[in-house]
Amino acid sequence: MNEILQGLAQAARLLAGLNADLIEITWLSLRVSVTATLVAALIALPLGAWLAVSRFRARRVVIAMLNALMGLPPVVVGLVVYVIFSRSGPLGVLGLLFTPTVMVIAQVIIVAPIIASIAHQTIRDLWADYHDLLISLNASRAQRIRALLWDGRRALITALLAGFGRAIGEVGAIMVVGGNIDHATRALTTAIALETGKGDFGMALALGFVLIALAVAVNLGVHLMSRTERSSRW
Amino acid sequence: MVARAGIRIEALELRRGGKRILGPLTLTLAATGLSVIMGPNGSGKTSLLRALHGLERISAGAVHWPGGTGSPPPRQALVFQTPILMRRSVADNIAYPLRLDGVALAEARGRAAAMAAAVGLGGDMARPAQVLSGGERQKMALARALIRSPEVLLLDEPCANLDGRATRDIEAVLARARAHGTRIILATHDIAQARRLADDVIFLHHGRLKEAAPRDVFFDAPQSPEATAYLNGDLLP
Repeated sequence: MNEILQGLAQAARLLAGLNADLIEITWLSLRVSVTATLVAALIALPLGAWLAVSRFRARRVVIAMLNALMGLPPVVVGLVVYVIFSRSGPLGVLGLLFTPTVMVIAQVIIVAPIIASIAHQTIRDLWADYHDLLISLNASRAQRIRALLWDGRRALITALLAGFGRAIGEVGAIMVVGGNIDHATRALTTAIALETGKGDFGMALALGFVLIALAVAVNLGVHLMSRTERSSRW
Repeated sequence: MVARAGIRIEALELRRGGKRILGPLTLTLAATGLSVIMGPNGSGKTSLLRALHGLERISAGAVHWPGGTGSPPPRQALVFQTPILMRRSVADNIAYPLRLDGVALAEARGRAAAMAAAVGLGGDMARPAQVLSGGERQKMALARALIRSPEVLLLDEPCANLDGRATRDIEAVLARARAHGTRIILATHDIAQARRLADDVIFLHHGRLKEAAPRDVFFDAPQSPEATAYLNGDLLP
């Protein structure tokens, strides 16, 4: 209990002093996870909508796969991405290993199935409402998907936040592909793992509280932003 | 004078799960005017409208629109019995079909506002459609259906659960559209409404055509025992 209080105090001191390292680490965490969430959304939202409006033979299998992929172990994802981007790997020539870029790539793989799966559930319900109307109006498939994504945007924000939550708290993948290099690829979660390993629980806890505060702040920020939209009823 | 070919329905049949829910139905409708489809619940009114609109997979038979085989079906719109509300403003709900056609947002909203006024839907166009009352929802759906100036307008019980005032407004809009040459086919089981609006009446029972006649003939001297009983207010089996 005492250590937790000390951790809180240390977190407050770090924040109050605007510790340069802390800011750098926090900024990298935020940058990597937000980028990964947005890139994943670009892939996953249309995919989820497309799965909701399409009927093909393997649809159930694809959806089951997607749901299973939500539980992908990050460390395994990290390992596979590592192998692909390592010097001898197929994409080794890009020289991306141990850079923030490859951390983003790994997190996209982890986050996209979550966003796609939640988006699919949401849009399937909306599609049930809209089906007859959009068919009657002769909307093309692309137009249907666009209407569903736009009108379901409020619920889809939740899907993005779930994805972001998984990305920001994730340590296994970015540790493996990023390498937790100081001033280069050190993120909040990997720094916490390092400090814990060193036995500096105060610092680890302080970073942990910063991480939680960051996640809460992002969620609050998104909710405030969506409430100030004009069409606030939805 | 050569009569324009009407809408020919040939041996139209809908089967679902091995059960025949409509037909076989053979019928020719005039190319103009307002037809009313009547019949008790479950008689196939909605199925017929949806089949005409192309929303239902036709099991057998065909629908031939005026203009001969090979010509595309006319621009048509269907107003559903329960209005489908998009999670958008009233203006954007009505403007949506125009947006699908690539009309710019500002112009589409302007035309939506004009159409809303034409159907008697007042109030703030920017409010969400979900806050509309039942009558306003029907008017909004009607405005959305009319905004593409359909040649054929299909309506499924547009005035069910509406009070007299909203019903009168909607009937006035339909009369105006008909006067402008829109072919209207309307399903209802409101006998008084059918009397007020119909040029001709199609009477369905258990998915079969029992009678198709001009309004006066149908109401004054119905030929089939089912239609006679229905008009007398008897409960049909």
